[in-house]
Amino acid sequence: MNVPTSTVALFATCINDTMFPETPKAVVRLLERLGCRVDFPLQQTCCGQMFTNTGYFREAMPSVRNFVDTFERYDYVVGPSGSCVGSVRDQHPMLAHRHGDPGLQRRVEAIVAKTYDLSEFLVDVLGVTDVGAYFPHRVTYHPTCHSLRVTKVGDRPYRLLSAVRGLTLVELPNAQQCCGFGGTFSLKNSDVSVAMGTDKVRAVLDTGAEYVVTGDNSCLMHIGGLLSRMRAGVTPIHLAEILASTEDALVAAGATAPQQGGSR
Amino acid sequence: MSAVRRTPAPPPGDLQDMPKFPKNAAKELRNTQLRKNLRHATTTIREKRANVVAELPHWEQLRRAGEAIKNRTLRHLDDYLLQLEESLTRNGAIVHWASDAAEANQIVIDVARAKGADEVVKVKSMATQEIDLNEALEAAGIAAWETDLAELIVQLGHDRPSHILVPAIHRNRSEVREIFTEEMGRYGTPPPDGLTDDPAMLAGAARVHLREKFLRAKVAVSGANFAVADSGTLVVVESEGNGRMCLTLPETLISIVGIEKTVPTFDDLEVFLQLLPRSSTAERMNPYTSMWSGVREGDGPQEVHVVLLDNGRTKVLADEVGRQALRCIRCSACLNICPVYERVGGHAYGSVYPGPIGAILTPQLRGTASAVDASLPFASSLCGACYEVCPVRINIPEVLVHLRNQVVESHGPSVEGTIMKAGGWVMGDGRRLALVQKGSELAGRVLPGEVIGPLPGPAAGWTGARDLPKPPTQTFRDWWVAEHQGGRDE
Repeated sequence: MNVPTSTVALFATCINDTMFPETPKAVVRLLERLGCRVDFPLQQTCCGQMFTNTGYFREAMPSVRNFVDTFERYDYVVGPSGSCVGSVRDQHPMLAHRHGDPGLQRRVEAIVAKTYDLSEFLVDVLGVTDVGAYFPHRVTYHPTCHSLRVTKVGDRPYRLLSAVRGLTLVELPNAQQCCGFGGTFSLKNSDVSVAMGTDKVRAVLDTGAEYVVTGDNSCLMHIGGLLSRMRAGVTPIHLAEILASTEDALVAAGATAPQQGGSR
Repeated sequence: MSAVRRTPAPPPGDLQDMPKFPKNAAKELRNTQLRKNLRHATTTIREKRANVVAELPHWEQLRRAGEAIKNRTLRHLDDYLLQLEESLTRNGAIVHWASDAAEANQIVIDVARAKGADEVVKVKSMATQEIDLNEALEAAGIAAWETDLAELIVQLGHDRPSHILVPAIHRNRSEVREIFTEEMGRYGTPPPDGLTDDPAMLAGAARVHLREKFLRAKVAVSGANFAVADSGTLVVVESEGNGRMCLTLPETLISIVGIEKTVPTFDDLEVFLQLLPRSSTAERMNPYTSMWSGVREGDGPQEVHVVLLDNGRTKVLADEVGRQALRCIRCSACLNICPVYERVGGHAYGSVYPGPIGAILTPQLRGTASAVDASLPFASSLCGACYEVCPVRINIPEVLVHLRNQVVESHGPSVEGTIMKAGGWVMGDGRRLALVQKGSELAGRVLPGEVIGPLPGPAAGWTGARDLPKPPTQTFRDWWVAEHQGGRDE
């Protein structure tokens, strides 16, 4: 393992911070267990993706600027979200360019190079796939679209999950198809979104898994919302929470909570 | 409009006047036949495409070559178009320029009238659908007969296509039998007695029906998949042979060609004739590739017209981000892979070009003034599967987001805009977000139950079918501050 000497900045993402705090808590536990020094700069907010992808480029600019101001001084910025990290990488340079601010664009490009999804940071920077986790459950992984196609985390989550003791990883049928969340798509086109989600849920149920795991709580909120409404008996869980789980400290969700929810 | 129609009437109304996408989609989602057909068809073609693409180890290089050739063509389109005109003219073709649909349609009407024709046979063509040529001809008293099997089904069914490549994908064979039995005899050779829904028998009926038209027609109308600038060659790629019939039997051939169909050299076809069939029909090579370079005495049509069509394309070309849509070779791989298209089909898009490519091409060609056009850039979850399969690497999600911005910028103040503005301000500073989170923490404390169930009003969009987790009583931010005695940072 190759633990960096410099402090790792946790980019919790606004949705995790507000709605799913167990996930960034798990990232802190996991990274500290692996020997990293972790900081959560309080100035942080959001990647701005909701604004950008809904067409509000101007409204995304405060998020872009704030991201740079917050994280510039760190060597590593790690977020438990392929989608939010993907937005930083893929859209912040575009927004800065369009805004006609070359200074900001240079700063954005510098920060893009050191921003990682959790699975990338573990596998590529720390060089670890067995993080010493224990999670004695049947699990299926949904490779969310932005993790897969924007951030391109590849097989890293599978390698990390495969090394978890006690875990049975079941292949999700038609795994690479979108779950239908799509940010504001889930509201603007809620009928199509639900139709897509229904097929995703059917695939999840077909696996017989207890947990459906992803690297993005936003998609998971959609899949989990459907599962919860159906009383389907499958719990959505973020990859970080499984990786943080050990024999000594099984994640709360694994031990108790019937469905995903912030209050667990 | 002539008193009695010559051809089956399409559904009433203009596509552009359709309601916005979510409304159309909600209706289509309830069409169980459509859902089943699309699920089956798209799943099958998707797998086949993946298999034939995997056969070529240099597929990614081919895609990049296709992208580069199209980019170069678009960069110098003015030069290549003049070269194309010169080559075509040298080969004996008559070149026309049409800036919009009305001009293009008038050219076809004039040529057909000059030849004394009151009917034309048609090769399947997206460009002619885009300009609504059939209805323009009908109004001029000229019957336009679709000869592609699926287009024939659509035309006889008083219907609209729902897929670029498989226009009758929303129909099943028993419906086709019904359409043929009911309508075929009114417009030509009737189907045989006792027509069943056996595909071979249905195809046989279409074959006999169309044969009469092929042999009788004096004028044919086609589009073109490619127009080669250096050799003055037009190319049509098809699967049934109906195109070959239209391109060789009638005395006069009129081809409507979008200006972006140009490729610089004949050699460039090497790339596209590999990319196109594998991406569209999942074939290594398409069954019929017809190429013609002007007129050849005693062989094929003796009068060849080419209508070079703009119809909004130069406007698209002027958009630095949006212009990549002009690289499209109409393979429909993006439709087949699209999870949205798979569930709603083509009609929901209110556009001749449905699916992901339609969602970026149509609002650019037509503008975003109509309800449906303004909704198309939002008809995607931005999953990016379309970009992954596009043989000419059109970054469809990028253009979608770009067009969303154009829609937002071009429309006046809105509730959504106000929310976004406020949200943008909040996200400019961690302290502002922390303040807003006090509200979510409070909600977490006072809301009853484990999760948030069905809610009325605007919240029904999410909660109609999905529970919402109750906000936690402590955000991560507050947990961190508590853990670190006020925080290590600020």
